[in-house]
Amino acid sequence: MTLIAETELQSFVLLRLGDRRFALAANQIAELVPPSRIFRFPHHTSEVEGVILRRGRIVPVCDVAEKLIGKVLKSRRFYLIAQRCYGAQTEWVALPVLPVTGDCELINAEMTLPSDTDAPHVSGWLSHAGDVIEVLNLASLTPGSSELASATAPLQPLEARP
Amino acid sequence: MRPNSPIKAPAARTEQIILFRVSGQLFAVSSASVQEVRGVDSLSGAAKEISQPSLRKVKHVVRRGENSVYVVNAAMHFGLPPAPAALVFVLRRTRTALLIDGIEKMTTMTRLQALPLAFCHEERGWYRGLTALDQSVVPVVKPDGFLTPDELFLLDAALSQEAEAETSRLAEDAAPGGQDTSITQ
Repeated sequence: MTLIAETELQSFVLLRLGDRRFALAANQIAELVPPSRIFRFPHHTSEVEGVILRRGRIVPVCDVAEKLIGKVLKSRRFYLIAQRCYGAQTEWVALPVLPVTGDCELINAEMTLPSDTDAPHVSGWLSHAGDVIEVLNLASLTPGSSELASATAPLQPLEARP
Repeated sequence: MRPNSPIKAPAARTEQIILFRVSGQLFAVSSASVQEVRGVDSLSGAAKEISQPSLRKVKHVVRRGENSVYVVNAAMHFGLPPAPAALVFVLRRTRTALLIDGIEKMTTMTRLQALPLAFCHEERGWYRGLTALDQSVVPVVKPDGFLTPDELFLLDAALSQEAEAETSRLAEDAAPGGQDTSITQ
C-alpha cells in the first residue's frame, strides 16, 4: 500500500505571484535565477516582455501574472526558467515570480486531475499546507503554437554562417 | 605506437554584421545583405513618391535598372516612434531600401540563436534570429522580411496605376486641342 501511495507522489515547485501560490511540475523547471537585465526589441507578441540572457542562451520572458492574478509584478522579480513544449521541441521560458519564502519551494504531493470546468491553464490541483494550489499548464499560459515547432528552425542555437 | 594526433576543434564560423539604430533601438544585419549605404540626401533626387494607403511605411520608390526598389521606413515597419532617418541601406537580393537613423558599428557574430518559439506573430518574418553581443541581445533582421510578397504586389500595382495615369496625362497633353484651355474670342 505504501509503495503504491509513494509512486503517485510527484515533485512540484511552488511559485508566488502576488498573494497566491501556484505549482509547476519539478521536471519542467531548469532553475530559479535572480533579477536579470531584460532586453527588449520590437515584436507583436504581447505576452512576451523581452528576453534575458542566461548561460549563453537567450530566453523569452513571459509574464503570466496578469493572466493568473490580474496584475503585472512590478517589484524585484526573480525568473523561474521552465521548459515549454512546442510539439516535439522544448524551449526555455522565463516566468517572472516572487521567490517563495519558507521551507516549501520543492514539495512532493499527489496531483488531482483537473475537471472539465477548470480553466485551460490548470493541469491539476495540489493540496498543500492547508492551501489548494493550481498546477500550471505552461502550454496554455505562454504564447506559441505547438504546430509552429515543425515549421521553424531548430531549438538549439544556430551557428552563424557567412 | 604513433601518438594520436591532437583533435582540433573546428574554427567557429563567423558572420560580419552591421549594427544600426532605428529610433534608438539597436538591430543587426548581415553585411553581405547590404549592397549599398547611402545618405538620405543623395537619394532624394532619384526617389519618386508613391502612395499606397495601406502601406504607410513606403513613401518612395527608386528605379534601379529593371527593378523598382521600395524605400521602407524602418521605424514605421517596427512600430517605433518616428525618428529622422539619415541613411539608407539598399538590401541585396531584395527590392527594399531601408531608412535608418545611423550605423553603430561593424562587428562579427559567432552565434545566431533562432527566435524563441514564444514569439509567434509578424516578428517571425522580421528576424533571422537573435545574437548576444557584449552582454546584450540584438535582433538580426531578415532582409526580405521588410516587404512581404503581398505588399510588393500592392506596391507594384500602385506603381503601374500611377504610370498609366501619367501616360494618359502626357497623351492628353500631346493631343492637338486635347488640353487646350486657352480662351479664344
